[in-house]
Amino acid sequence: MGAKIVTTIITVLIGVGAALALYWVLNKIAELLPGRWEGRVKPFLYILPAYAAITFYLIYPAIRTVFYSFKDASSTNWVGWQNYHDLLTQHTFQQTLINTLLWMLIVPVVTVALGLGVAVLADRLTARGESTAKTLVFMPMAISFVGAGTIWRFIYAYRPEGQPQVGIQNAIVTAFGGSPIPWLEQSQFHINSLFLMIMLLWAQVGFSMVLLSAAIKGVPVDTLEAARIDGANERQIFFSVVVPQIWGTIMTVFVTTLISVMKIFDIVYVMTNGNFNTNVLGNEFFNQLFTNFNNGAASAIVAMLMLATIPIMAYQVRHFRHEEAMG
Amino acid sequence: MSSSTQTVAGVATATPRTARRGAPKGGNPANAGWLTRLVLAVVCFLWVVPTFGLLVTSFRPLDDANNTGWWTIFAHPINYLQNFTFSNYTDALQQAHLNIAFINSIAIALPATFIPLLIAAFAAYAFTFMEFPGRNFLFLAVVSLLIVPNYVAFVPILQAYKNLGLTGFATVWLAHIGFGMSLAIYILRNYMGTLPKTVIESAKIDGASHFQTFYRLVLPMSVPALASFAIFQFLWVWNDLLVALVFIGPGENAPITVAVKNNLIGQAGQGWNLVTAGGFLSMIVPIIVFLSLQRFFVRGLTAGAVKG
Repeated sequence: MGAKIVTTIITVLIGVGAALALYWVLNKIAELLPGRWEGRVKPFLYILPAYAAITFYLIYPAIRTVFYSFKDASSTNWVGWQNYHDLLTQHTFQQTLINTLLWMLIVPVVTVALGLGVAVLADRLTARGESTAKTLVFMPMAISFVGAGTIWRFIYAYRPEGQPQVGIQNAIVTAFGGSPIPWLEQSQFHINSLFLMIMLLWAQVGFSMVLLSAAIKGVPVDTLEAARIDGANERQIFFSVVVPQIWGTIMTVFVTTLISVMKIFDIVYVMTNGNFNTNVLGNEFFNQLFTNFNNGAASAIVAMLMLATIPIMAYQVRHFRHEEAMG
Repeated sequence: MSSSTQTVAGVATATPRTARRGAPKGGNPANAGWLTRLVLAVVCFLWVVPTFGLLVTSFRPLDDANNTGWWTIFAHPINYLQNFTFSNYTDALQQAHLNIAFINSIAIALPATFIPLLIAAFAAYAFTFMEFPGRNFLFLAVVSLLIVPNYVAFVPILQAYKNLGLTGFATVWLAHIGFGMSLAIYILRNYMGTLPKTVIESAKIDGASHFQTFYRLVLPMSVPALASFAIFQFLWVWNDLLVALVFIGPGENAPITVAVKNNLIGQAGQGWNLVTAGGFLSMIVPIIVFLSLQRFFVRGLTAGAVKG
């Protein structure tokens, strides 16, 4: 244990020290250059490590992944569209796609709606009550999905009828005279996927609430008063004065949640590992890579995921340019 | 902050210069009716109960935890409270090897937070205060890469690591540097763009080099943005499961998320008492970081996104 701590500290210091030394060296190199070249080269030296990291960990692998997706399991022979064809014609993979789609359709909308609801209600509390309520709702965001997995497996825990239930959900059901239900195995209508989505909502609503609450507080009071003088009721004010003014933030929350949902992995991996028809793309990727050792199929899944993010990427860039233009 | 929360910030942090800080507080001065209070109370209750149940169970001995629900302690508080024990925690730390995993998590999270922050700060400085050809294009590339799923990296980078013979903590540090970079540059550059240009110009006139301006002026002035990204990245790395599973896997160097999953959740024989204690051990650091630095965190998030 002691040795472990010492080696850990040394490793950390070496890592951090190397990063600091890198910039010292880069700066020295720039200063050695003759006058005018120093100014020309320096910006590129400053951004070089950042772009090296991005290139090596995102751009280059993205291209490689597309190539791999047309190769076989061990990335040796070209197989054309075989990986895509195999995946898309497989019933289980189709179900995986449907599950992922369900997550994308349900979670972002509900995250925005719940976040907005809590933000609006909490806004009416006293300052102290508001910050307490927000902290409590926001806190699950700090918890990993592995941690959340220990929490929620315990909530959904199932014991056969007659035994004492330690999971609170089944305890409630049996207290009302029902039979205990293995919640995560209920695949009809994808109910078990919904139970997994609840975990993500629990973790994510606080984020949505914090952003939307700040946006609501930023709505100028005179616009609200003008509407009141015109005789609008609170609901009309909310939907036709407040919502349009915070629409940008609503979209931000929506898009952010959408992207994280498309990549969801941990929750499904920890809770069911995709069994009982709860599989999603992220988990299927992991299983193809580490259970089936199929680089081709794993890469094809990622390529499909990338394809699906392109429209969002286009939206992002357009949105950013618009922002910049507005100054 | 778990793996999905990485991107969370991705889009969330747009231009910070826009927050309408001066605006008076909402139009609703503390006029909550009983219904509002009731709804909020129910929401808060629902949000807290899951974690509370975990916390209570983590102090209960094996028999209690496996045979009765944690809520029964409220029915017979004296019987159960006197059974409360810390041994779940010592068992989880020693038998399930969470002690080593805990140190591994620190060893992974600290450099994986600090190094990208340093690299991104230099890049953001260049983007904000230096003129060079291709500046706008390169920054736009960062913006568009914000949402590229990090799944793209796993297959090729695993191969590359194998070819290079790279193992251990450095594999995840480097990966987290790559994955966190575009977000870090984005946040820091947007923040630095709001700093008064005149101060930086006058430093230049006084003969300060870029390097000096950077660490004497710009870094200290950017502390709020640096802090909010640091918190974000720390939580994300600490809570990460996927990157650690792919590049490190279970064993000697596994962080706490992997250890809890493999040594506790994955082992059917472990009682709920150990699983809950292990779960709580994995959350305690992020929760402390979050609660103590919440203000920075929220400011970083909202300053960016209010305009959206």
